[in-house]
Formats: sequence, C-alpha cells, structure tokens
Amino acid sequence: MPAEQFHEWLRREGRIVVVGASLAGLRAAETLRAEGFRGSLTMIGDEPYQPYDRPPLSKAVLLGKAAPDRTDLPRRRDIDAVWRLGTAATGLDLAAQRVRLADGDEVPYDRLLIATGVRARPWPKEEEAQLDGVFVLRTRDDAVRLHRRLKAGPRRVFVIGAGFTGSEIASACRDQDIPVTVAERADAPLVGALGGVVGAVAAELHHDHGVDLRTGVMVTGLEGSPVGRVRAAHLSDGSVVETDLVVVCLGATRNTEWLTGSGLGAGPRGIACDAGCRAFDFRGIVTDDVYVAGDVARSPHPLFSYQFLSLEHWGNAVAQAEVAAHNMISASSDRIPHMWVPAFWSSQFGVNIKSVGVPSMGEQIMITQGSLTERRFVGVYGYQGRVIAAVSFDNTRWLEFYERQIETGAPFPVEYPTMDRRPEGRKAMPADFPDPSLPTHGPTVTLSGYSPADRRLVFTPSRH
Amino acid sequence: MTQPSLLRRITDYSSRADPYPLYAELRRTPVLHEEEGGPYVVSSYYDILGLLHDPRISSDAGNLTAPGADELSEPEATGLPPSFIRLDPPEHDRLRRIANSSFGPPHRPHRIDDMREELGRIVAELLDELGDEREIDLVDQFAYPFPVTVICRLLGVPREDEPRFRAWVDPIVTGLDPDSRNDPGAPVQRAAQEARVQLGMYLAGLAEQRAKEPRDDMLSDLMSGHGPDGAMSTMEVLSTAVLLLIAGHETTVNLITNGMLTLLRYPEHLRRLREDPGLSAAIVEELLRYEPPVQLVPSRTCITDIELRGVTIPKGSRIWLVLGAGNRDPERFTDPDRFDPDRGDIQHLGFGSGVHVCFGAPLARLETQIALTALARRLDNPRLVEDPPPYRQNAVLRGPRHLNIAIDGVLP
Repeated sequence: MPAEQFHEWLRREGRIVVVGASLAGLRAAETLRAEGFRGSLTMIGDEPYQPYDRPPLSKAVLLGKAAPDRTDLPRRRDIDAVWRLGTAATGLDLAAQRVRLADGDEVPYDRLLIATGVRARPWPKEEEAQLDGVFVLRTRDDAVRLHRRLKAGPRRVFVIGAGFTGSEIASACRDQDIPVTVAERADAPLVGALGGVVGAVAAELHHDHGVDLRTGVMVTGLEGSPVGRVRAAHLSDGSVVETDLVVVCLGATRNTEWLTGSGLGAGPRGIACDAGCRAFDFRGIVTDDVYVAGDVARSPHPLFSYQFLSLEHWGNAVAQAEVAAHNMISASSDRIPHMWVPAFWSSQFGVNIKSVGVPSMGEQIMITQGSLTERRFVGVYGYQGRVIAAVSFDNTRWLEFYERQIETGAPFPVEYPTMDRRPEGRKAMPADFPDPSLPTHGPTVTLSGYSPADRRLVFTPSRH
Repeated sequence: MTQPSLLRRITDYSSRADPYPLYAELRRTPVLHEEEGGPYVVSSYYDILGLLHDPRISSDAGNLTAPGADELSEPEATGLPPSFIRLDPPEHDRLRRIANSSFGPPHRPHRIDDMREELGRIVAELLDELGDEREIDLVDQFAYPFPVTVICRLLGVPREDEPRFRAWVDPIVTGLDPDSRNDPGAPVQRAAQEARVQLGMYLAGLAEQRAKEPRDDMLSDLMSGHGPDGAMSTMEVLSTAVLLLIAGHETTVNLITNGMLTLLRYPEHLRRLREDPGLSAAIVEELLRYEPPVQLVPSRTCITDIELRGVTIPKGSRIWLVLGAGNRDPERFTDPDRFDPDRGDIQHLGFGSGVHVCFGAPLARLETQIALTALARRLDNPRLVEDPPPYRQNAVLRGPRHLNIAIDGVLP
C-alpha cells in the first residue's frame, strides 16, 4: 500500500495500543482523537485507576488538603478507548506487532505507544524494605498509605534522600508539626538537580523549618522491631535515628523490564527514541511503528548538544505525548520533532521553586536577580559560554525570559544589567554539581547521551 | 497632504471605536519608532510577552530619560509615594506581596470567591433599580456603579460614605485621560488634583480608624502588617489603596461595557450565555483578548540597550506595549478578529503578564462574569441603540462613554 493510503487507512481503521495509562498515555490518546484517529484505541495500565495526577501526591495530599482518590486528570475530550486497567504489559513481540499482558492475553497493534513511566526506587535491602512503616511515594496507593500513617501521628518520620520528593515530604511533615529527619548522601538537598549553590539555600529552608537534616551521610540500615515494624535508621556516621515511619526517596527506576528480549533499545535509562519519539531497536535502528513518550523515553535534544535526555517532568510528558501521537498517524513529511524546553516546579517550605532548561548540565551559576540570602532569586546556569538553564525561588514570573535565553543560546556569563541585581550576582561561580559518575537519589533529568560528533563510546557487548 | 504618523492616528479620537485596522498596520513594523524622542512601539504578541518578562525592562519612571508624557503615572502633587505598579523589584515585590497577603492565596485564598454572593446581590439591586425603563445607559446605570460599590466593600469604605467616595473617584478617573494631561492647568486636572488630595485625606482617616479597630477588610489587613514582609508604612498603604481603587475601576467598567457591546454584536453568544451561565468564564477570557480594557502599556523603559527584531532600543527609551494589537496577532491566534469564546487556547495579554500582571484580575474576572451573566438573563430583548457607541477620549483605557440599550423590560 502506498504511504499516503496507508496513513489514511491507519487513521480510519488502524489499531493503536497505548501501554501506560498515566499522564503521557492519556494526553497521547486525546491527541490521537483530536487529530482525527477513528480506529481502535486500547489503553493498558498496571494500576487499577483511571489516569490521575501525581504532583499533588507529595504536596496537597500529604497535607490533607486534597483526597488522594480525587486527583483524576481532567479530560480534554472523550477518547473512546478500551481500557485494560490493573493489567501489566509483560512482553512485546516486535515482529508480530503484539503486546503480551500479565493475564496471558495478547493485543495486536498497528502503532504502539510506550508510556510506562518510572516507579519509585525501593530501599535496596529487601528485608528492610519489607518492614512495616517503610514507604515509597509514587502512586496513589502509596499516598493513601502514607497519608494515613502521617495522620496517625508518628513520633518521627525519617526521609531517605533530599531530592524533590524527599524535600516535599519533609515540608509536608513540618507543616503538620511532625518531627522529621532527612538523610542525604550529598552535602545539601536538591544538589543533583540544582547544584550545591542552590542546595545550600535549600538546606537553610530545611533548618529554618525545624527539619533535622543530615547531609553527607548514607543510610546503612533500617532496624525493625521483633514484630517487624521499623524502629530506627542507622547512618554511616555511626548515628542512629529512632523512627516509626521511613519514606524512601531515592529517585526512580524506569519501567522497561517488560521489554527485555523484545529487541527494543530499552534499558535502565529508558527507551531511546529519535526526536520524533520513534523508538530505536537495540541496534540503533529506528522503528516506525513503536513510539515512546514521557518519563520512560530518552531522546536527543538539539538545545542540549543532542544529548539523550530523560525527563521526569510533568510538562514533558504532555508535550512528548502530543508529538508522539501526532507522528504516529502522520506521513513522514508531516512529522514534528519534540523540542520541549525542560521545565519543572516544586513547592516546599512555602517556597515556589521552578526551573527551565537543564541545570545539571551547568558548569557555573550566576544570580541574576534577587538574592540567595533572601531565598528569592533567579539563578542562571552556564555551559560552555552559553545559558543552559535557570532556576527561580519565589520568582517564577521571570523564567519565560530565561527560557528564551536558553532557546537562543544566549552567552554566559550574563553581561547585561537586570532589575534587582545585587552585588553578589555580578560574578559567575561554580554551580557545584556532584560528580555525575557517583550515584545520587536521582535528578529529574538524566543526561545519557553524547553528541553525534563524539567518538568516545566503547561498545561492550553484554555477556549472557 | 502628508499622512499623520501612525501613532497619531491611533491616539486620535476618530479611531477610538475601531483601532484594530491601525493595529494591523502597526504590526507590520514590529518595533516602530516614528520620531526622535517618541516611543518604541511593540505590537506583536510574542515580542510583548517577551518584554513583559524581560528583567531589563523597568516600570519605574525614574529610569526614563526620554522626554514625553507618561499617560498612566500618578501625579506627584498628592505627596503619596509611587504605588507598586510604578516600581521595580525588589520594592515592587515587597509591596505587592504585602498587598496580596490581604487579597489572595496563600494567606487569603477565599477573599474573592467569598464575595461571589455579595457581587450577585449588588448586580441584582442595580438591575432592579432599572425599573420599567425602555432605554438604559449601561455605563451610568450599571457598569460604572457596580465596581465602585465592590471596591468600597473590599477596601472597607462604609456604605454611607460611598456617594462622597464616588464624587472623588469620578474626577480622578477623568483626569487619567492622556489628552487632558497635556495641560496641567486645565480644569479637569485641577479637579482631579483636588479630588486626589481629599480622597487621600479621607483614606488616611479611615486607615487610622482601622488600625485601631480592625475589621474584615483590606484596609484593616494592610494596616495590621502581619506576615513575613512586615508592614507597609501608612503612606504606602494609602498609595496602594488609591492604586487598587483607580486601577481596578475604569478597567472593570470598560470590560463590562465592552463585553455587553460585543455580545450584542454577536447575539448567538448572548443567547448561549443566557441559556448556560457556565460559558461566562470563556466569554470573559475571549473578551479580554478581543476588547481588552487596557489597550496599551505606555509606562515601560529599558535599563540597558536592548535589541529586538534587529532594532536597538537605547537605554532609557520609552517603550509602548500595545496589548490590543498583540491580542489580535495572527501569528498567535487563528482568525484573531473573530470573537470566539470557543477557541481552546486564549492566552491573552489582557491582564499583561510577568511580575506586573494585573493584581485585580481575579476580582475583575468574577465581577464581569457575574455582571454579563445577569445582563444576559435579565435584560429582555436588548438592542443596541447606536453602533458604534460614543467612546471615551482615552486611547489607553479604552471603552464606550455611554452604551445605550433598548430593552422590552427587566426580567425578574
């Protein structure tokens, strides 16, 4: 069938399967329908719920300001889909174009979208992770359980990892006057995502709100009571913290195991795809019928030296899903690239934190507006002489400007004067990111690629 | 005969009823600088949005080195310090935060929404007062008294003082007209000055009273000065109160009036609103795009040379951001000259953007939604008596001076 006729047929009566019934999956499905796809649409999700919103789970839900079962994602339109909820996908047959499900069923597709996202990385010591009172926070069920325990009034909450989720949980605890200890392997909170300069400000926020913040330490073990309830955490500096509630916030693991052996280029860093969201197979050859979107995708970004980026960002999930959906049912000449500028926000200790670009690529930082000591500022990150990212604390409304600076490759250090520029902001300083080869709790952006011009990769076939 | 400059044609009264064709002409020169000392006029959507977020652009008249009148600034003669609309960060941020802690989230998340019922009542009373008239002036009889009453309630002006209050507001708002501003000796300006001084004295007395006996109103909150940013000085409270009063005022009148005018020109949407009040939010958003009450922001300057579309705007130059033109930029909106509340994506510039984004937006939205919904429901068979209606002189705060509407009655 000629390509044009094929796409007409696909739009009219093709079968599209979306694996992953969360934000990216839902927005993709809506986009497909909005763009005139009239064929059959199957939504597969391992959780038993209709797509819901996750950002409130570590904020409003923990504060009791929103019910965990009331965070359903608003629908843009009816998607007329067959829902296979509570059923995990377990395998993919690329050649036969079929997805295998946990219940033994197989679903055939003409176009497949993989949006399986990430899951919380559990506490690595399995026995300790099983202790009663040890939690992670990623799903609605996690939030329900954690919220219930927080309401019961724990003596102390122990948070492992001071990334965004860990810090938000600590903030929610302090807001409810619950004693909380946070242990972080790096020297400050948020270091993996924003670097040490901004991390120092985050540390002050913790201290000022009465968080018992322990930095530069690792948690060596969790101790349970004879009846299997957690009662203490042991730290690498020899100290012991008594606690009855532990929240493990060590970042996320990409849900790609189900693709093992499928031949797709999927691994712990996600599923590699091109700028149009088409998945690569393990030989680096692009597929034309398998697409990827959301947290599980990693794609090359022209603004960031064509590095492969995986972004655990709400906005990225939406934008990438829309691009993937469009491209799935479009002829090659009509396809569009995914060039979303990374952006995320967080709210903790009463401060609104937002960033654009990829701060973790930054070598240096310059405070262009406001002041670190007032904890109200805009910091700009520089990489090889250009602006690569910006972060704001309670200063969100300027970021649109800095986003343009990033998009246009504006020079760094920033030479021009800005409103509210203080003496401390007149010089660039090292952004102070930890050595990327050391593991952290997991930044929300993972840089995992090289420029096509680089030739420093060594191919090491795995030994099975 | 030579054609007058484009800018002059835009500010000329004869184009007030429909400036949009001139805006289209304006957008063909994205950065227009017609004469030495004149403003740099920016008219396309993305450029305006960019400048509204640009930390090199100042709202402080002190940074202006180019000559020329500054249409929205408050005369200094009242002795009040500049309000936050005319300040840059960090002073702007401090004052706006304190004001906001009395107005919205996180400290007062429900203040505006809690006014919903009361707004409905005020609107109902004004409509009841129309009685069995067959022709009404929507401006004088409805769109003007409504926001005055509302802002009085919000600030804490006692009901019995409202008439005095209105008598001061009127000449001040009239005095904002840029044309009359060119002549400081004019009676209009003298009256505005006089009213300002009296209003300031009145508010000072009221504020002092509220400092002693706080009530549930904004003046009490501003005087109490709780919160992380501490208190405003009494003078800062007064200039903030005057700002809220004036800025939240003429604009809402025009939004409501432009709204009704537009709905009468697009009767199918008036009918839909009558049948489904739920449409009011979308209608008001599209109105803010289609007929924004603030047509242009003339009070910006740059603190360094900046380059825009190949034009270097020298430090200290006046910059005009023509929101009304950006809102109809075909690069941003499909079919921009059509009033279409159903367009999904109405990210208009009607309230500006960035740190100076309209402080009163939540109130203006709610007032207009409630007003238009009630008008659609209760005015029986409304028809425009003249189209276009007579406009106010002001090119910046644009709206009809009168809007005469023939009706068959007012429904209960």
